[in-house]
Amino acid sequence: MTTTEILFFILTGIAFFSGAMVVMSRNPVYSVLYLITMFFAIAGHYILLNAQFLAVVHIIVYAGAIMVLFLFVIMMLNLNKDTEPHNPPWVKIAAVIAGGMMMATLVGALKETATPLTKTNYDTTIGTVERLGNVLFSDFLIPFELSSALFLAAMVGAVMLSKKNIH
Amino acid sequence: MQSLTNRSKVVVKKEMSFAEKLYLPAVAKGMMITMSHLFKKKVTINYPEVERPRAEVYRGQHVLKRDENGAERCTACGLCAVACPAEAITMEAAERKKGEEGLYREEKYAAVYEINMLRCIFCGLCEEACPKEAIFLTDRIVPTEFERDDFVYGKDKLVEPTKKDERINIGPRQTQTTIDFKKNPEYAHNLLWDPNKKIGPKKGH
Amino acid sequence: MTLSIVLVTFAGFWFPLIMAGLVFAVSLGVAAYSTYVERKFAAFLQDRLGPSRAGPWGILQPLADGVKMVMKEEIIPNVSNKFLFILGPAIAMLTALMTGAVIPWGPKINIGGEWFSLQVADVNIGVLYLLGVVSIGVYGIMIGGWASNNKYALLGALRASSQMISYEIAMGISVITLIMLSGTLQTSEIAAQQHGFWADGWFTWNFFKNPLTFLIFFICALAETNRTPFDLPECETELVGGYHTEYSSMKLGFYLFAEYVNMFISSAVMSLFFFGGYNFPFMDELSNHPNLVAVIGAASMLIKTLFFVMVFMWIRWTIPRFRYDQLMNLGWKILIPLSLANLVATGITMWATGKIG
Repeated sequence: MTTTEILFFILTGIAFFSGAMVVMSRNPVYSVLYLITMFFAIAGHYILLNAQFLAVVHIIVYAGAIMVLFLFVIMMLNLNKDTEPHNPPWVKIAAVIAGGMMMATLVGALKETATPLTKTNYDTTIGTVERLGNVLFSDFLIPFELSSALFLAAMVGAVMLSKKNIH
Repeated sequence: MQSLTNRSKVVVKKEMSFAEKLYLPAVAKGMMITMSHLFKKKVTINYPEVERPRAEVYRGQHVLKRDENGAERCTACGLCAVACPAEAITMEAAERKKGEEGLYREEKYAAVYEINMLRCIFCGLCEEACPKEAIFLTDRIVPTEFERDDFVYGKDKLVEPTKKDERINIGPRQTQTTIDFKKNPEYAHNLLWDPNKKIGPKKGH
Repeated sequence: MTLSIVLVTFAGFWFPLIMAGLVFAVSLGVAAYSTYVERKFAAFLQDRLGPSRAGPWGILQPLADGVKMVMKEEIIPNVSNKFLFILGPAIAMLTALMTGAVIPWGPKINIGGEWFSLQVADVNIGVLYLLGVVSIGVYGIMIGGWASNNKYALLGALRASSQMISYEIAMGISVITLIMLSGTLQTSEIAAQQHGFWADGWFTWNFFKNPLTFLIFFICALAETNRTPFDLPECETELVGGYHTEYSSMKLGFYLFAEYVNMFISSAVMSLFFFGGYNFPFMDELSNHPNLVAVIGAASMLIKTLFFVMVFMWIRWTIPRFRYDQLMNLGWKILIPLSLANLVATGITMWATGKIG
């Protein structure tokens, strides 16, 4: 095995383990911390694919901003066992089935459409900033700008919700 | 109201100008002020090496004096303990035996004499009260200790050494003014008792 | 001849590792002596003498402090979460030291005919790496504060996280402005662009190109390193010790130390981004002696960095702490709109002057 393969399997192992622990942890703070670990493992995968920009942005946005807010809210709420909602068993089963179907659909869809990457057809410059910038601002300009407009709308909505006396 | 120092400023609450709202000029001004202190003379005194000048009549650790023959002057009358506003002084009296004349000047002496230095406020009233010129405050500083009990000074620490050259100098405390002051008839108890002399405060005082 | 070959092979393999060790050692050493300088400087600003007993002028004080920290009893609260309690200071220290890796500490050095840059890792996304590591730095404080199971520690952790999130936005936008100016994410490239003093009819240092960006970045750097006037997470008057209330011994030392390492690194980043990094006057006149240039360059980088460390301290002993609502007002209502306006203005100016198509 090459170093890359060893790293790949280690990172995959960490990602799977922490992904499972997110669901299985009793304490919500642990769940968030495992989720952060998983984000780091996935960022490691990005680096293995030579997409450093994506890896760093992943860490900045998810681990550095969103998960900090998650942790912040969970610490503020101070969730513990007394406040934990007890769902009836059928809800849990339904959730597992729904989640499993979602996964099956995703796996099926990806298997049909995506061409498998090999060492020969993988473009090693695909993750660089230049390529990403060129693609985002030419081929995907409209979706990119639309998503920014969506974010703006969400932000304005959040401000509206938090302000109480707006007529 | 009239100003006492001419330094007071009239405070006006007004809208801040744009430059004031930026705060940056004010921050820069403040930083210049702190920077100017970098070059000022430092007020710290490196204590054990350098000592701050003390007043001549500084009231520090007490001493129980001996007379010129080396006998303790204290007669355990208890006036110092009565005078002490902090109730720091305790003593036990004992009778002088035959052959101890060289040790104690009077027939009665203090077998135990203790001053609690944590209670003492170094006011010097014990010194004022003493009829035998036995206790004095000196310019020595009471050192620090780790235990409270160590601050209760017994005779071992209070009585001065017998040898002439090791005696504690109380000269600075006993200026001519002080001596003259003690000769004042109002404080005549500090002199040798004279039955013919009228003692006590003057009339109409 | 053979010696130079040996040197090159040796250096080629070991140079990045040696560089990493060097950056590590220098960061820690500077941080250790920052504690001494901080106390001395504070004392001088207040007309005192400061530590003067350990060694001549007290220069062994950091050593004494370190020994004291290590020798002290280590207390882990019974009700705390032990693993996370230990993880907190470890993360704080780790993230503080990680940032030093992408900073170019000097120009390229010539060993036996080969060129080596005085940088641990010259990655093409160095600026983003810095932002990323800074953004995960808050976890050390949050985890430590939460695991202590103490209300003051928790409040300190919450303050730290909300403050860091708020000021990260303005900092990110000011960094984007800088990236627009320099057109690269590579830190070594940013340093190289500020070479010389005058080019294209303007100063080369980014500070002169856009002083407002520097101001915003500087204020945000103060907030990100939890320095006065933004030291609310460890505000003694309100929160006992803030997030490190329950910490003792070297774990407390790690938190305090991480703050000084952060201060050193952010000063280095400021001198790199805005004040020319390792560039110094009359650099080109010395171009025949590249190794001399490298040494002087590294020294000038260090001097600029230490100057900013001193400014950090100077501010600490001048300006009082913000109130919490003032902090949030400054972050959200002033710095973010200001940095956005600055971004737009910079873009328009660059477009008008033909710098970008």
